[in-house]
Amino acid sequence: MKKSIVSLFALVVSTLFAAESFARDQINIVGSSTVYPYGTVNAQRLGESGFKTPTYNPTGTGGGMKLFCAGVGVEHPDITGASRNMKSKEAALCLENGVTNVIEVMWANDGITFSHSNTAEDFALTRNDIWKAMSAHVVVDGEVVENPYSSWNEIRDDLPDYKIEVLVAPPSSGTRDAFDGGVMEKGCDLPEEMEDDCVLYREDGRIIEMGENDTLIAQKLNEDNQRFGYFGYSYLKDNGDKLKAASVEGVLPSGETIASYEYPMARPLFIYLKADHIGVVPGIQEFAQMMVSDEAIGDNGYLTKIGAAPMVPELISRVKNVTDNLDAMGFSIEACANKEHPLKDAGYAFSGALCP
Amino acid sequence: MSNIKKRLKAERRFKFYGQLGVFLSLLFVTLLMLKIFTTGSGAFFRTTIEADVFFDPKFMQVDKNSSDKEISRSSFEALADSVVNNNFKDLNEGQFIKVREMFTRRFDYQLRDYFLDNKDDYKKTVKLKITASSDLDQIVKGNYPRNVPEEQRKINDYQLSILDELNKQERIGSTFNFWFFTNGDSRDPETAGIWGAIMGSFYALMVCLAFAFPIGLFASVYLEEYTKPGKITDLIEVNINNLAAVPSIVFGLLGLGMLIGVFNMPFQVPLVGGLTLGFMTLPTIIIACRSSLRAVPPSIRHGALALGATKTQTTFHHVVPLALPGTLTGTIIGMAQALGETAPLLMVGMVAFVMEIPGGPLDPATGLPSQIYLWSESAERGFIEKTSAGIMLLLLFLILMNLTAVLIRRKVEVKW
Repeated sequence: MKKSIVSLFALVVSTLFAAESFARDQINIVGSSTVYPYGTVNAQRLGESGFKTPTYNPTGTGGGMKLFCAGVGVEHPDITGASRNMKSKEAALCLENGVTNVIEVMWANDGITFSHSNTAEDFALTRNDIWKAMSAHVVVDGEVVENPYSSWNEIRDDLPDYKIEVLVAPPSSGTRDAFDGGVMEKGCDLPEEMEDDCVLYREDGRIIEMGENDTLIAQKLNEDNQRFGYFGYSYLKDNGDKLKAASVEGVLPSGETIASYEYPMARPLFIYLKADHIGVVPGIQEFAQMMVSDEAIGDNGYLTKIGAAPMVPELISRVKNVTDNLDAMGFSIEACANKEHPLKDAGYAFSGALCP
Repeated sequence: MSNIKKRLKAERRFKFYGQLGVFLSLLFVTLLMLKIFTTGSGAFFRTTIEADVFFDPKFMQVDKNSSDKEISRSSFEALADSVVNNNFKDLNEGQFIKVREMFTRRFDYQLRDYFLDNKDDYKKTVKLKITASSDLDQIVKGNYPRNVPEEQRKINDYQLSILDELNKQERIGSTFNFWFFTNGDSRDPETAGIWGAIMGSFYALMVCLAFAFPIGLFASVYLEEYTKPGKITDLIEVNINNLAAVPSIVFGLLGLGMLIGVFNMPFQVPLVGGLTLGFMTLPTIIIACRSSLRAVPPSIRHGALALGATKTQTTFHHVVPLALPGTLTGTIIGMAQALGETAPLLMVGMVAFVMEIPGGPLDPATGLPSQIYLWSESAERGFIEKTSAGIMLLLLFLILMNLTAVLIRRKVEVKW
């Protein structure tokens, strides 16, 4: 008895030390749960092509950045998925921990859908309507007041008489960051000195924070068809029998309207590669190349089919150059920490949201 | 007189409340089980499409004399495409894609596995039951409605018409889904399995046991047999009881901060997950060990000491063996608790898409409860039944572990 206990203990201690010399031949991906369905499908294809199938931890964009920027070495992740661009603060963290060689791969577009139950009346909203429904403060008759609206038809007469209730993602979610930047800030009409308050949600119980679990939100939307929630487009695509999206500025989300940015709540999706790990952990470059190949994001590609919308041709050839030649094309962690990005002045719809 | 009546009435009322309580809790458990079983039972079966497969030399790089190794390495994709073309005549390119999508994406693997076992079917035509894609499977099982507008479905009208045609010819069937028990996770719901998660949880629990049991046993032996009651012992006792009530996420943070942060141990491996679960189970084990040590009557100790045994001999030859069944019961119950925990695993990265079955405690893995959580989050309809089936398996393991604990207590434990 005594001996076996001692040997068990010895086993644990020896494995503890064995972990020190731990090498890895399997890619470790962390990050956005919006990128998760695409990243994992791509990971599976990489596995079928002969590499070990990468693992993907859906930590949320913010959580992924923290892990990714924690350092260089096999105990840190190789790739992080992001449903928004890297923030300057996150780039500074990377810089601090010596993660200076990072390649940004902007690989597709996604639309945030403002969705509700299939049984509800159709909604045609503007970003200003959505902001008015969700903001803590609004302007009524030229004065800033606490949000007084309790139903949609109070915001605009032609909207249905539905109570205002919106289910939102937690602050760690990249989708929420993108929603705040693309809808709350754009739809805001507070006076200039109060600009920072644009993204404050009202706190009278009409905005309900749910975990980062789309299935749960979808279930809650079906329980009460007056509620709204926001999702990535891929979730809507798989659940067309239960959910539908409201049109925003007269445009419904679809592969085409998201790709052309006609749908105003479209945003690019990213993966970030740790260049220092390329050649150490096999398959990182191949993973990125597969993700931007025509087979993946072309017409009827395997990622297009589950909801990713392709980018404009010049951005596709740009990203192919990035992944084929491992050329960061002007993106660097130092520049991003200073809020600079090579595409910031290129005039794309998303340009303003780069390295904020 | 009236007093007695009143008291008897109160007695009956109390009994009724008790029965009502038991009835209600049973009702809720039954409802929950019913919901899980009705949703989850679908995962144990998968829809198949019967097709004629001609092992055509034109589309194969191997023949019946090839070795198993050559066959495993060769591609059967062209053969899979030919199967679709042979069974559905005159398809144009668009139709071909649509019909191909009705089958599981990698049914070339299924053809390859069949050919490995039946090399004599080379150049022959056989009828095979080929797995359908999850989207079709969900339509056939009635989990996704057919009567919604075409743009809200993943299976379009053309595919539905093919399905009806196949149904008429009785070529749509159903088979027991072994893959669910033997495969790792997959993003194609029809091939996703739970074996990887079971192995992940198994390794984590083994590490947890190897870590927490010896430490727990030694700590409780020392506290019970060697220390004298005093302020320090009281302080330790209060702390242990307190730790047993600490939420599991705190232990997850400890695992993340200490094991991964300070000791630089790898992310998402069962070794770290198991140690974290071990921190969590340790207080439970110590409390159970101490109470079973305390239950050993002092006369046993006195007898041994009187015969000249040293304190250590008394403890390890007499007291610990007698207390062992109770100790084991406590440990197994602690392990069962650890099996169901997700929060500590979440913190150390054991909630992840992991396709490869882990081969040891140092391979990336996901645990049983975290696999259930990941599936519940997935958009594809096919994962809903997998989620429930995963819950059924988890419950089964918990029942087995708790049953073992009860049996040990019944059969082995010594009554004084």
